[in-house]
Amino acid sequence: MEPDNDPDRREETSTAKHCRVDESAFARVPRAPEIPIYAVMIACSKDPSPVKLNLGMGVYRTEDGKPLLLNVVRKAEELLFSDKSANKEYLPITGLTEFRELSAKLIFGADSPAITENRVTTVQCLSGTGSLRIGADFLAKYYYQSTVYLPEPTYGNHPNFFIAAGLCLRTYRYYDPVTKGLDFQGILEDLASAPLGAVVLLHACAHNPTGVDPTVEQWEEIRQIIRSRGLLPFFDCAYQGFVSGNLEDDAQAVRKFVADGGECLVVQSYSKNMGLYGERVGALSVVCKTADVVTRIESQLKLLIRPMYSNPPIHGAAIAAAILKDRNLFNEWKLEVETMTKRLTCMREQLFDALHEKGTPGDWTHILKHVGLFTFSGLKEEQIAFMTREFHVYMSSDGRINMAGLSANTVPHLANAIHAAVTQIQ
Amino acid sequence: MAAAVRAGVSGRILGRGSAVGARSMSSWWRSVEPAPKDPILGVTEAFLADPSPDKVNVGVGAYRDDNGKPVVLECVREAERRVAGNQNMEYLPMGGSVKMVEETLKLAYGEDSEFIKDKRIAAVQALSGTGACRLFADFQKRFSPDSQIYIPVPTWANHHNIWRDAHVPQRTYHYYHPESKGLDFAALMDDVKNAPNGSFFLLHACAHNPTGVDPSEDQWREISYQIKVKGHFPFFDMAYQGFASGDPERDAKAIRIFLEDGHAIGIAQSYAKNMGLYGQRVGCLSVLCEDEKQAIAVKSQLQQLARPMYSNPPVHGALVVSTILGDPELKSLWLKEVKVMADRIIGMRTALRENLEKFGSPLSWKHITEQIGMFCYSGMTPEQVDQLTKEYHIYLTRNGRISMAGVTTGNVGYLANAINEVTKSS
Repeated sequence: MEPDNDPDRREETSTAKHCRVDESAFARVPRAPEIPIYAVMIACSKDPSPVKLNLGMGVYRTEDGKPLLLNVVRKAEELLFSDKSANKEYLPITGLTEFRELSAKLIFGADSPAITENRVTTVQCLSGTGSLRIGADFLAKYYYQSTVYLPEPTYGNHPNFFIAAGLCLRTYRYYDPVTKGLDFQGILEDLASAPLGAVVLLHACAHNPTGVDPTVEQWEEIRQIIRSRGLLPFFDCAYQGFVSGNLEDDAQAVRKFVADGGECLVVQSYSKNMGLYGERVGALSVVCKTADVVTRIESQLKLLIRPMYSNPPIHGAAIAAAILKDRNLFNEWKLEVETMTKRLTCMREQLFDALHEKGTPGDWTHILKHVGLFTFSGLKEEQIAFMTREFHVYMSSDGRINMAGLSANTVPHLANAIHAAVTQIQ
Repeated sequence: MAAAVRAGVSGRILGRGSAVGARSMSSWWRSVEPAPKDPILGVTEAFLADPSPDKVNVGVGAYRDDNGKPVVLECVREAERRVAGNQNMEYLPMGGSVKMVEETLKLAYGEDSEFIKDKRIAAVQALSGTGACRLFADFQKRFSPDSQIYIPVPTWANHHNIWRDAHVPQRTYHYYHPESKGLDFAALMDDVKNAPNGSFFLLHACAHNPTGVDPSEDQWREISYQIKVKGHFPFFDMAYQGFASGDPERDAKAIRIFLEDGHAIGIAQSYAKNMGLYGQRVGCLSVLCEDEKQAIAVKSQLQQLARPMYSNPPVHGALVVSTILGDPELKSLWLKEVKVMADRIIGMRTALRENLEKFGSPLSWKHITEQIGMFCYSGMTPEQVDQLTKEYHIYLTRNGRISMAGVTTGNVGYLANAINEVTKSS
């Protein structure tokens, strides 16, 4: 076969829309905009000031401002390493079986009717993110309603999963900036006027970014509205344990929904509560009304996963499973979660006290009322910019503060910054 | 996607009582069909369920030693020993481990590649080969929305799923020549010439899956030339570098030819097989750009696409890879171990062919030693495969693909005899 070596033919046969054959197919790809919170983090890392404070990204830090490798994680990893019989073969598409079962028990409770009646499928995915994406793709393919309600505000990446899946987004009121608490009436009204069957994204506990959670009574009313409108609840549970320090208590909202026999999707992440961030450990559960539906759903989830990454990464899930299944490790883990949460609570109290002592104008009780990693400070963008400029304090521009970024040593600095900002900029 | 409102919903606004249950609802998922079983994984399931002591699994493409056992490489064990229990697991950057990506690019583009020096390569860590292909397919859809992908016949089945889920239209090009059990070069070249200018071509860099048939160096040069004439975009899936000939540099030859010829290529790389890191999901997607500025833009867009999929890739596997490749001794050990694996497979090819010839098979089996990599396209029909399974408890995919990694000195005689028995009358 002689190759065609007439260079003049190139111009004649060039019919492709992207013009000349020798121009890169991707010559005109624009640079993507920086994700705001990442830009803040980069600015912080470049700041040479010795007093700079990183209160931006949602990761836990110790009193020394360092990342935390949980003791149980270290032990589990060493256990895994010393198990010479273990291999690195592919996991099944749905992930590590042990991990899936234990993860379901963690969020639903071992005696949950969904589990005992075989009405739930739980698949391992890449942390909360990966689970949200597979859940969104599943809904886009199989659910009759293409509208998804997100709380206002919500985790910055939430809209992207549903957009990528081709679903339509609406918001429901959630946060009341005046009270710095829940806009409960707003929630009820917006859900009541949602189209029948719409998907509703709910933060299972420790709402990101506000730190505002419904009370038990409020959850019950939310549940009733959702069930009466046939809305489909989609829980994102990224902080189980970080509200009360108790894993069981923080799962109650999800469990009440499951107890009424209805259906829902639940996403779990082990990034924060096991400190497994980069290992990407999470799970997607679909709770169904009947058992026969579950196996079919699982088979369809596999079809979504396989062309995305074939099967999930083993390491983190193996660590999580080792912790969840061993009584001692599990108890030790519970204590470590409690310790982390106590430190967050302590930081809240210290910050509140510091502001109170300084007589900083405004009501700062919301710092004590908010739960989880974050506080929605109520600070305005200009005030935040001022704090960054003058005090080298870095936080997201919506006013969200990561309490884990604080320590007893740095609380005074933050209090000073807030005080200055609030008194100088109204 | 079904647009009709489910019948169960309309008459179901429950308003009364405090205990609003959901039991009267029927499942939203009633109409979800069970997905068809994955043909390859189904083979392994059937194998595991077979009680016969003679059973042989030559189905799944995962390496086995001469005892039929999975292998964890020594270099991997040592790397893990160094990292176990002493690293926190913070998030990787969205583009993954910089160190891992740097080392990985050297393998594909060459240790002293000018493209690496000139920073012209947009590269991100991906979820093994699957994730790299999917990320590229999504990128292709977004930035070359009018393009289509040409996929060889046959190919790894999941390639079709990947580009389908990315909504990129697919075409096929001739590749395997059943009569000669080799390459259908003439038809392949015709297809390249007849495709509209600027089409995207999926090429297996080495060790074609499932056929084991690779173009010769001369043939690669001709393919490269014709693709250049047509302004096509070459996308390489390289899942077996090192595994094919035992020498990673040699296995990258096709890619190097294309680079010499001035193509702007894309590459999906995987460490699943050549480092035995299957379940860790470690790979890399790279796109060669015109200049550094374009590479930065393209990389930012790849990260943008990854964000609503999994945000950032898993850290453990990347840490193992960068530990090995970043340490000259460990890297040298790895190269030796890869050669051992490749040599064992080459040895089994020879043994299988010799055994078949020894049994006096009337057919030609030279393709067994001419084909390269993990797989051998035996030329058996689905009916012959079924007979192999039913009568001899030998498991392989119905396209006649034999995973040579499953062949051992212990079973090669049995395998050859069985193949001879089912094929000798054809």
